[in-house]
Amino acid sequence: MKSSIRIASGQGFWGDLPSAPVAQVRKGPIDYLVMDYLAEVTMSIMQKQKQRDPRTGYARDLVPLLAEILPDLVSRKITLITNGGGVNPFACRDAVMEVARSKGIRVTIGVVLGDDILERLDEMVAAGTSFDNMETGARFGAIRNSINSANVYFGAMPIVEALRLGTNIVITGRTTDTGLTLAPMIHEFGWNDHDWHRLAAGTVAGHILECGAQASGGNFSADWRSVPDLAHIGFPIAEAYPDGRFIVTKHEGTGGLVSEATVKEQLLYEIGDPCNYITPDCVADFTSIQLRQCGADRVEVEGIQGRASTEYYKVSMAYHAGYTAFGSLTYAWPDALEKARTADAIIRTRLADGGATFDEIRTEFLGYNSCFGPRLCPAYEPEEVVLRIGVRTQRKDSIEIFSREIAPLVLTGPPSVTGFAGGRPKGNDVIAYWPALIRKSLVRPQVDVVSS
Amino acid sequence: MRIRLIEIAHARSGDKGDTANIGVIARKPEFYPILVQHLTCDRVRKHFEGICLGDVERFELPNLHALNFLLHQSLGGGGTTSLKNDAQGKTLSSLMLSMELDVGSEGIR
Repeated sequence: MKSSIRIASGQGFWGDLPSAPVAQVRKGPIDYLVMDYLAEVTMSIMQKQKQRDPRTGYARDLVPLLAEILPDLVSRKITLITNGGGVNPFACRDAVMEVARSKGIRVTIGVVLGDDILERLDEMVAAGTSFDNMETGARFGAIRNSINSANVYFGAMPIVEALRLGTNIVITGRTTDTGLTLAPMIHEFGWNDHDWHRLAAGTVAGHILECGAQASGGNFSADWRSVPDLAHIGFPIAEAYPDGRFIVTKHEGTGGLVSEATVKEQLLYEIGDPCNYITPDCVADFTSIQLRQCGADRVEVEGIQGRASTEYYKVSMAYHAGYTAFGSLTYAWPDALEKARTADAIIRTRLADGGATFDEIRTEFLGYNSCFGPRLCPAYEPEEVVLRIGVRTQRKDSIEIFSREIAPLVLTGPPSVTGFAGGRPKGNDVIAYWPALIRKSLVRPQVDVVSS
Repeated sequence: MRIRLIEIAHARSGDKGDTANIGVIARKPEFYPILVQHLTCDRVRKHFEGICLGDVERFELPNLHALNFLLHQSLGGGGTTSLKNDAQGKTLSSLMLSMELDVGSEGIR
């Protein structure tokens, strides 16, 4: 057994800093590179791409990235674990295999399958799964016919199985962000699947890594000016030990900062009840976490307690929920705010005259109240303000009417207005998120391994 | 003595559907009891009037000298449905830190 392993975060979301995974691989020693690509509605975007072209539906950024770093991964014996397979992990594997072939590099790729239950929804409902919204309690029937993706969140265990089969790249579909980081710890240290405290420790490490540089000085509120060289910010690395202890750090010579304060901010990011951080692998208790700065850019994390996992997997579904569009115009002194308010009233009248109907029209004044709302509207007159109008509707023709009504305000409304370049606002499909639960016994992850 | 929360705490916020979460962390361990005493659910609900349209829940993390708040119905529907510029509630941590507190005659050191 290794005495410790270093697991590096290469990506906090699909579209994160492209140079980050390259730096993680080249600027110092690591054993694993974990790449999280899947936000809540990413799967439905990928599902749409796959419907148009069956060879797509995964994080295509992976292909040029691997073309660059695959030789490094192999020569430095770094294993890549990613959920970038999206809704088409096989197509992702084929594309990665093609990169390996073109470079004459031998790889063994594991694919985790079985998370996609879109085709099984009716059968599962008939057998007694409600799929009611686990957050709002709303009934599934209301949106059943609008569903365009449905995926179970798997945890670390299917990845562990792939690692045991000797893979050096693991590609999954919907896997929890935390499972990507926990899996190599289970694999390397031989933890069993009932070792709740250690599983919770690895889960907490995963939570710290899952948003990339948010743990190493990015978006840091305590003292953002104190963070060195944000331009070259180093992404976080978990140096993990067999007893469940780990140290959060980053490569020497990179920008950013790892301190108790940066780690605390990430620990509190997007959590609910801290005593019950629920994943497919365990329930972690964030009130047991102990932090200690143990060197420059090194924070030790220990003492983590966990409990048995639940009987359920979370299911992430996406459904079509109408359309939105946004338009904006900039008004300047004098009376910038009053002119923007008048323009807002004019456009609302014209929309009604044109027969458009909306579920919601929201007006915000950027530079004045879009962040803090009505609470802290300053009592001063801004020198300029951006009028931002958003609309949501089930009717595509209402979106078209809206998109034609912004630019005319420049010549038919209050004066001293600009910022209309860029053409008419475009309509967006609203892909809404529907979280639900499913009994673990109803779904079985599968692992498929091939070598080049 | 009147202070702003930002003098004794830092914070990060994010979203889960239409619920915003705001983690508030004491800058020094000795400030944590001030947070526990002053940042009640009622106080936070009043501070977020017009933004938070639902309940406020509070959780204590004494090990991190931190509180976690859940502000329900605060993001205009949340996710891709929301028409807000800040649909993910990323700046609500700053709004929290703008709160003024009356910390008594001893004040803070």
